[in-house]
Amino acid sequence: MMEQLKISHLSKKFGRRVILDDVSFTLEPAKIYGLLGRNGAGKSTLLNLISNRIFPTSGSIKLGDQEVNTDQTLDKIFLIGEDNLYYKQVKINQMFDLADGAYGNFDYQNAEQMLKQFELDGNQKFAKLSTGQKTAAKISLALNVDADYIFLDEPVLGLDANHREIFYQELIKSYQKRPRTIVLSTHLIDEIQQLVEHVILIDRHRVLEDADVQDLLDRAYDISGPAKLVDQYTEGLNVLSTTDLGNIRTAHVFDQLPEDRILPDQVQIGHYDLQHLFIYLTNGGQQEDA
Amino acid sequence: MQFHFNESTPLYQQIASQLEEMIFTGGFDEGSQVPSTTQLSQQLHINPATVLKGMNILVDAGLIEKHRGRGMFVRTGARQKIMEERKESFYKDYVKTLLVEAHKLGINKQHLVELIERGEHDGTIKD
Repeated sequence: MMEQLKISHLSKKFGRRVILDDVSFTLEPAKIYGLLGRNGAGKSTLLNLISNRIFPTSGSIKLGDQEVNTDQTLDKIFLIGEDNLYYKQVKINQMFDLADGAYGNFDYQNAEQMLKQFELDGNQKFAKLSTGQKTAAKISLALNVDADYIFLDEPVLGLDANHREIFYQELIKSYQKRPRTIVLSTHLIDEIQQLVEHVILIDRHRVLEDADVQDLLDRAYDISGPAKLVDQYTEGLNVLSTTDLGNIRTAHVFDQLPEDRILPDQVQIGHYDLQHLFIYLTNGGQQEDA
Repeated sequence: MQFHFNESTPLYQQIASQLEEMIFTGGFDEGSQVPSTTQLSQQLHINPATVLKGMNILVDAGLIEKHRGRGMFVRTGARQKIMEERKESFYKDYVKTLLVEAHKLGINKQHLVELIERGEHDGTIKD
């Protein structure tokens, strides 16, 4: 049976530097998540804590009711992150063997078929690969590991458009074959918006949003028209930022629109996407030039 | 089969309405199978839960049904149902919008009728 992964009041300091500050959220079984945040927000540290590579300053991470530092939990959580965890001469095939040894039931057949699609050979040495090839090798590994929680740090780094297509396809295929929680950690949001069901947004070492993608988008409105009318209509609403073009103002609202307010004819309502929400939220509400 | 998505409505609703359009225009005949959640989500790179939510709108509307172990099929009478529903929303979505815009432009009723006739003669409707 698959269990929740519960992160409670997690903090991590390196010396005096705060990397994560009282982070709490829960991951449900068999769901695809996006872990979003700007560079330096603390995503990688969070992933390393979850996979027990480093230890928290305070707080806890539990799978079901067990802390994640036991043998029973570790073979349920797989993280593919930075490159420096493998010894220098390791070949892609050997990475597969290591995962099979640790987690069991590695899907070699599908992994090899993925390598072929990425135009890689299992006998290639990982360290000799280009950035994009390393990413391709890592996702060929991660999507075929038999674990309940798969964490992918920057899964599209360096991949060209064709290879990104393959990744998205294989991700869904893998998820449907063996439903489990897959967490995509990235700042490249545009293309994963449709793939992830739920988003955890980390900003300045804290959790800024923890919500279903559709719930976020349902509150993401662009209100545009003559500046005065836009200001009137959006008064009291949560406006993340505004863009002016001549006298036409677009207010980027992140809020429910009041039903009792009348929308003037010259004012239009549209929606913006997750990428923009991310930018507006993590920009600290600065004015943006058109 | 071609899907086009935009930002203006929730993705699951777009999936539902585009499948509905395909059923209505005969892309999927009554009694025929529609693509599975698996197929759609793989092809469109959309989260399976989102696709399922879209499909369920059509199930709830009585347009498609699940045949256990075989997949989703277009129900008999689905096209008729869509037709009735669209006639229902025609007034609200088109006629009212048309009148509002015509009013803004100072187009009166007689002029509107002339424009409708012009549209007919222009061959707007091809049959």
